[in-house]
Formats: sequence, structure tokens, C-alpha cells
Amino acid sequence: MDTHLAVRARGVTKSFGDVIALDGVDLDVAHGQIHGLVGPNGAGKTTALGLLLGLAVADSGTLEILNTPVGRGLAAPGGVGGFVDGPGLYPALTARQNLAAVAALSGRRSRTAAVDEALAEVGLTDVADDRVRGFSLGMRQRLGLAAALVTEPRLLLLDEPSNGLDPAGKKHVHGVLTRLAADGVAVVLSSHRMDDLEALCSEVTILATGRVVFSGPLGKLAAENRALDYRLRTPDPAAARRIASSTAGIHVVDDTGTPRTDAGVLVVRALVPALDELVAGLVNAGVAVRELAPVVSPLEAAFLALTEQQEAAR
Amino acid sequence: MSGTVGTTRTGTTTTTAAGVAAAPAHRAPLSRTYRFELVKLLAQWRVRLLVLACWTAPALFVAGVSRQSTLPSDTLFGRWMHATGWAGPLVVLGFAGTWALPLLTSVVAGDVFASEDRLGTWRHLLVAVRSPRRIFVAKALAGLTVIMLLVAGLACSGTAGGLLAVGDHPLVGLDGHLLAPGTAAGRVLLAWSCVLAPTLALAGIGLLGSVALGRSPMGLLLPALVALGTQVAQMLPLPVAVRLALPGYAFTAWNGLFTSPAQTGPLLIGVVVGLAWGLLATALAYLLFLRRDFTGPADDGSGRRALTAGLLPLTALLAATTLILTQAAGAPATGSGIERNKVQRSLATAFAHLYRMQTSQLHRPAVTEAQLRATAACDKSDGRADPEGAGNDWRCVVTWYLPGVTAPGRAVYQLDITADGRYVADGDGPKEVNGYFLVRTPAGDAPNPLWQFDGNVELLATTSKG
Repeated sequence: MDTHLAVRARGVTKSFGDVIALDGVDLDVAHGQIHGLVGPNGAGKTTALGLLLGLAVADSGTLEILNTPVGRGLAAPGGVGGFVDGPGLYPALTARQNLAAVAALSGRRSRTAAVDEALAEVGLTDVADDRVRGFSLGMRQRLGLAAALVTEPRLLLLDEPSNGLDPAGKKHVHGVLTRLAADGVAVVLSSHRMDDLEALCSEVTILATGRVVFSGPLGKLAAENRALDYRLRTPDPAAARRIASSTAGIHVVDDTGTPRTDAGVLVVRALVPALDELVAGLVNAGVAVRELAPVVSPLEAAFLALTEQQEAAR
Repeated sequence: MSGTVGTTRTGTTTTTAAGVAAAPAHRAPLSRTYRFELVKLLAQWRVRLLVLACWTAPALFVAGVSRQSTLPSDTLFGRWMHATGWAGPLVVLGFAGTWALPLLTSVVAGDVFASEDRLGTWRHLLVAVRSPRRIFVAKALAGLTVIMLLVAGLACSGTAGGLLAVGDHPLVGLDGHLLAPGTAAGRVLLAWSCVLAPTLALAGIGLLGSVALGRSPMGLLLPALVALGTQVAQMLPLPVAVRLALPGYAFTAWNGLFTSPAQTGPLLIGVVVGLAWGLLATALAYLLFLRRDFTGPADDGSGRRALTAGLLPLTALLAATTLILTQAAGAPATGSGIERNKVQRSLATAFAHLYRMQTSQLHRPAVTEAQLRATAACDKSDGRADPEGAGNDWRCVVTWYLPGVTAPGRAVYQLDITADGRYVADGDGPKEVNGYFLVRTPAGDAPNPLWQFDGNVELLATTSKG
């Protein structure tokens, strides 16, 4: 038993009738780590979170949560909190009532203080006594996070926590999750928002059709990945094209997929070392570089590549 | 799989929580789960509206109707709403058994599980409580609490309206005898208590529908549909054993509390059958709930499961109860239980009690039921049909004797007997006995108790002499 791990899954399988939702999944999540769970629709992310939350029992394999083997019965060990498929709030109750109920059910003693603290943490103190019925999606997401925080989890599992959040709300939530991780809480996020995962996660697990196609640090993912498309914006695209074409390892992509009015943009496909050479060449030739950024994020590119490979292999 | 290093994105090694043994799963205490379920139910505007309506509407209805010149004489005890405040809660009880209680149980019990499907909150609740068993028990108890609150509201409100509007006077029973106010109060309380059994049966069916059918509206409607079905069945010429085995029989069997002696046999059977239905339906709902997979996206109930797991066992219970009643309780496996002898005995008894009341109203010399020696001779369809079963073609001649008068008095009544044994006797002469709606008393005009009155034929063979 590895005591550094909040989650340790080996060969976990779960089926619903003829549908195999998880097929021999291995997963390790360390304490203090924010771990991303990525995959296309139907990949098994929700099922995986459901198993971790104690909502279902695996058909086979072993699962240890917070150093406790999960048995055949429902319900995860204490210290696990979070939500799957939305925050699960009661619209007829106020935000405070929703949290007070969760605090009472989780056996918290100083419930009022815990509720106030959680509301303040997610920035909902001003609407604490409003009924959830009138909340926006983003407010519900934040309240769902607060409901999880009220239980003082040591393993926090969140399904699409950034859904409906405005930039300020997203930043707020990111801050909360980062602080939790710094305090040693293991956080598992399921999301389709690659920018969120890249901003938050130290490791990701990519699922496709119930199988793990990648699991590990983001850096390793980028290293394993093929060449990416980069958008290069310069005041002299013709010179840039000429230099890019003559640089080893650089392939100019003609179909930029960008509007024709954006004439200063060039898309090149390259690995990172070749990209360094291109930048040096541009600078030496006196061509200014206004922007050089991936067209899609490395994680998204890897996600697309890996999941497409998996689909093709079926 | 790689990547098990406990580092944050910034690369700082974190050991804060590492190595901490997991706490055992904290299961929320039943009391807290129950309180949460109750808070959720009472936070719904429609439940609040129902509570308000149940605690106020019967009082307003009874008080209002009691002051009208026209009374709801087609409703049991409705014709006595001018005379005593204790008739009001019984009129409300009759209405509640037919309409209100099935609908209330539908709205509360039929929705208590389905609402979580509708709101998508099952997973949240399971994570918080960590025990499907406790969730089920808490939900069932919370639903039951609200239903009891609504039933109590109907009873208390109806009683308060009657007593405030009319007063605490003796109640005329279903066989015409007078119940003192204290006795009437006890019987009214008992009658309302007895209908809790079929209400629990409907609540159990509501829970089963709510669990089995998920967010389908059929789950919500199930108690009301079952109640409607049993009411239709009660109107059909079913054998007595089948009638008594239906879960809603106690909704009408409480009538037997207002005869002397009380017809407790059918009532007790109705209560036991109602409780058995409630227990079985709740147990089936419990088993179905525990077998549910909450991560299965499509697992929110299905009609097929409801059919196999719910309908078949309940049908088996109906068959078993019918068999037991036939074998052990002496309920006839065939026949309506409405026979000439029973009708004659019931009518003569009621007539004697009411004749005595009329005598008292008119300040004539007092007579007793024993002195009257009332008897009745009844036939059906002028003798062309067997004198058995429900129908509005019963015709009876009541004969009685007055002290010191050798010639008997005779009065004719047309009886409309329904399949549950209840009848309305409509006077058909002579006019000085039962021909007029009102009688002239020294204190002014008063309703003639012999003009038209309600009665009850006990369906079981163990008929009382009352």
C-alpha cells in the first residue's frame, strides 16, 4: 500500500449491461496533486468518478481510496467529497440551507462556521440566503464546490467544475483548488476544458472508450506528442514563410483555417527544437515576431491524437 | 501507469496528507437524514400549499355548508350537518377517502424519490449520506410525516369548523341511534385513525411508483390511479372477499363505527389489509431502491421493472388475501353480501331509532325501540329479481306497533343500495310519517328524520344485530 497515494486503482472494470464503461483502468493520484481526467464523451470519466465517490462498485480490479481498500458495498471512505454530473443542489432551499444540510449529514460539529467559511471561499456570501432556484449556472458550480468543501475532503472529485463560470469565477475556483492542493488535498478534475486542465493539473489521465490511453505529467505528454501546429504572426509574412520553408523540421501549413483578412498569420507544424531555430532565423533576418502560439494546446492536440488513434484502432 | 509523484504544479513536494489513514466512511445519522428530507419536502411550495389547504379548507367548507339551507344529503352524514358539529369531519372524511387522500399521497409519496431524479441530485445525496438504506428510510419517514400532517389537518380543521359553526351536539348514527357528543368525538377520531391504514397503503404504492418509475409522471399518478381503480371496483358487484381484500376498503368501512353495535369485523379486515399493502409496497420499493445503480445513466426506473417487481407481488397479495378471507373470515367467495334478511334487519333498526327521534321532536308520548317492535319486509324489482345485491329497486314495508294500539303502523321505503352496503332509504308514504321533508314541531319546522335516511348493510356473515 503506497501511503502517498490518495487513489490507487488497478485493472478496474465496470460494465452497464453490454456496455463496457471502464476496461482495466489503472489510476494513481497522489496527495496534494491536481489530476485531470480527460476523454471524449462516453470515455468513462463519469463512471470513474462515480466509483471514486462510492456511487458504484467495480466489477473487477482493486481500488484503494485514501489508503483504504474499497469493498463490494457502496459508499467511499470518509474524506471523499465532490460531485459528478453537476453540483446536485436543491433549488427550493437557500444556498446556506443546502450547505448546512451537507455539513449536518457529514457530521461536522461547527456547522455554521463551516458553512460561512465555505460560502466565503467561493465568493457567495452575499447570496447565502437566496434560493438556489435563481442562481446562474456559474453560481451553482461555485456552490457545488462549497458543498464539497464543507465536508473537509482529503480527496476532492469534481466533474466539469468550470462549467458556466465567467473568467473571474474561473480564476476564483482555480485559486481555491490550488490552495487545497497546497494543503495536501488530492483533487481529481474531469473536464473538457483543456485550458483549465493545463492551468491546474500536474498530471492527466486520458481515457478513450473506457481505456487509459495516457497517464502522467503534462510535460511527458508534450514530449511524447507529435509535432504541433503553431500560429506565427509577423509584420512580414512573406519573409517569414521563406525563412520557415528553409528551416529544417519546419513545415508550413498552407490551409491556415483563419480568415483571409488575417494576412499576417502563418501556421507552421514543428517540434519545439525546430521552432527554436525558426525564431532565431526570423530574428537574424530582422523579422519581428508578434505572436508564436500553438493553434490548439498541447494537451488538446495530444487528446485529439490519442483518442483518434484509439477510435481508429477499434 | 506512471506519475505517482506527490507534487503540485509548482513542483513543491507535498507530504501534508500523505500517509494519513482514511477515516471510516461517515454515514449520516438517520435523524439528520430524516430532518434534511423533511426540510426538502416542506420547502416545496406545493407541499406548503397543501398543508395550508388541509388545515384551513375543511373548516371553511364545513362552516360554510353548515350554514346553508341545502345540505349535501348525498354524502354520508351530510344531512346532519345542521344538527351537530360532529357530522362535518365525517363529511370531510368521506370526501377525503374518495379524492383528497389519494391525491395527497400522490403528490407527497409519489414524488419523494422521483424529485431527486428530476433535480439530478441522487449522486449528491448518496455522497453526502453514504447509505442508500438510510436514504430510503429517511425519505419514507419524511413522506409519512408530511402525509400525517395533512391528514391531521383535514381531521382537525373539519372538526373545528363543525364545532364552531354548529356546536357539540349528539350525532345520529347510521342505524339512527344517537351518539352522545363524547362518544361521537371518540368515534370520529377512531374513524380518521382507521383511514390511516389505506392511506399508508397508497403511500407505499406511491413510494413504489416513485422508485420504480423515476421521473415518469406515471410514478406520481400511481396512488391516485390505484385509488380510482379500487373505487371503481367497489362499485362493481364483486364478491365480498375480493371487496374486502382491496387496499382501500377501510375508506368506506369506517361507516361501521356509527352503528350500534359497531360493525368492527369488516373495518378491522380493511385496516389489516391496508397495512399489509402498505408494508409490502414499501418493502418492494426498498428492495428496488437498493438494487438501483446510480451511475447507470439510463437507470431511473422503467415500466417493465415496475410491472414485474411491483404489480405482480401486489396482485399476489390481493389473491392471497381473498383466499384467506374466504377460508378464515367467512367472507363469501361469491355473492355481494347484501341479502334480504340483512337489509330488513338494518332498515327496521334504523327506522325504530329514527321514529323515536321523530316522536321526541313532535313531543308525542315517548316510546322505546323495544315497544315499537319494528320489522321490515323487502323485495327487489317488485319480486321479479332475487332479493340480493346492490340496486335502487329495493322496496321495503316497515311495520311497527305503538303501545296501546293494536293496529300496526306501516311505512314504505325505496332503497338505493350501493355495492359497498351503504343505502339511502327514501320515504314513500304514508305522508304523515315520511311524506314531508319537514315536520312541524312546537319549536318550529325541523327536518323529518324519517323522510329520507342513510343506512348500512354489513357485508360479512358475522352481521351484528344492530
